[in-house]
This record gives sequence, C-alpha cells and structure tokens, in this order.
Amino acid sequence: MFPVEHILYLSALLFSVGLMIVIIKRNAIVVLLGIELMLNASNLNMVAFNTLHPGLFSGQFFALFVIIVAVCETAVGLAIVLRVYRHYQTSVPDQITELKD
Amino acid sequence: MSLASLIFYFFEAMAALSAISILFVRNVFYGALLLIVCLLCIAGIYVLAFAEFIAVTQILVYAGGILVLIIFGIMLTSRISGKPLMVTNRNWFAALLVGGFFFALLVTLFSKQEFSAGIAKTETHENMIQSIGILLMSDFILPFEIAGMLLLLALIGSAVTASFMKSKNEDVSR
Repeated sequence: MFPVEHILYLSALLFSVGLMIVIIKRNAIVVLLGIELMLNASNLNMVAFNTLHPGLFSGQFFALFVIIVAVCETAVGLAIVLRVYRHYQTSVPDQITELKD
Repeated sequence: MSLASLIFYFFEAMAALSAISILFVRNVFYGALLLIVCLLCIAGIYVLAFAEFIAVTQILVYAGGILVLIIFGIMLTSRISGKPLMVTNRNWFAALLVGGFFFALLVTLFSKQEFSAGIAKTETHENMIQSIGILLMSDFILPFEIAGMLLLLALIGSAVTASFMKSKNEDVSR
C-alpha cells in the first residue's frame, strides 16, 4: 500500500498553496479559502500520523476538533466580511484603511 | 500497483491540482468550487487512511456547511450588477518565495525522517463508530463540551455581527 510520506508531501503542498493564496489574493473571501486549505493540510497530517498507531484515535479526534474550530472561524469571518462590506462597500482588505467612521 | 493505491494517487493528484488552480482562477465562485473539489478528495484520502468518521464529517461539514456559507458570502458581497466577483492578484514574487521555500523545507524535513512501514491493512476495528462514540463520551468529554460551547458562541456571534442593525453613520437609504 501507499507510504505515509506521500500524504505528508500532499499536506506540505496544500499548506504552501494556502499560504500563497493568503498572500496573493486581494479579496477577503479568497483569503478565507486559503486559511481553510491550510487547516485541512494540518488535518491531513494528523490522520496520516494516526495510521501509524492503529487502535489509538487521538489524531482523529484532534482532526475532528480542528474541523469544528474551522467551521466557527469561517462563520465568524464571513460575518465580519459581510459587515465590513456593508459599511465600506468593498471586500478588499487593502482598501479598508480607516478605523474610525 | 493495486487498485487502492491507484485510487489514492488519483485523489492526491486531484487535490493538488485543484488547490494549485485556485491560485490562477480569478472568479471567486470558481475558487470556492475548486476548494470543495480539493476537500472532497481529501475526504477520499481519509477513507483510504482508515479514518471513515473523519471523512464523513469532512463531507458533511465542508460540502454541506462551509460551501453554502462561502457561496452566500460571495453572493452577498458582489454588487447587484450581475457581474461575477473577480479577484486581483498582487505580490506574486513574495508569495512564490515564501510558499516555495516553505514547501522545500517541509519536503526536506519529511524526506529525512524514517516512518515505519506505511499504511498497511491493519486488523479491521469492526466497530469503529462505536469506539469513537465511547471515547467521545469518556476520554474526550471535556473538548467535546468545549466544542459545543464554541459552536454556540460562534453561532450567536456571527448572527449578531451579520444582522441588519443599522450602525450610527450608515446610510438609511441602502
């Protein structure tokens, strides 16, 4: 069967691509997509290392709770993006330059 | 090459390709759809790595929840004119530098390690869902409860944040 290293290489690739998306893209929603990608890369690592210890479920539980935290982060992040859009009429973080009204 | 490893490498290639193409796609909606393809492929890899419960959770939460949420976000933040929401890029050089070096670092670190044999067909835990449920109610009860609390907090917080209350200086006419 397949070795664990290949899952780790995939997760390294996904994490770097997520990081690049966060740096490159100029829209707040796409930045959130990049953060989701990075969280999933870490989840992939947890599940991959859990397969080295059959009978233990700690890695899978960690992945489960990371998914829960990712859901909360996406919900609150999109709510903030909506709020900011309604106030400034833009969802580009570079154009939001003032803190006060 | 067995059928299982063929499926595994197919899922890996699909996940990598769809993740990389998010970088080059300019329509935000297509980006969200590509992200869902990537996450479903990751769910397939979870199944092949004997983590069925995580795979089902991934499909339910991401395809059912986060995709809908992100598409709502895209629809609510694009202007009514019917144009799709486009995104522009910047900082290509810095991103390539950071991403490329980080990827190279991780790959060299991983290739230096020796992990034991690999994912072999272990003895099938015949009732994995049952043992996960028992563990969730015994060993992992504290994170479980805290996760429930966190979900409630995030629900209330996002509902309040996105609600249609007028702030003081906001235009009443829009």
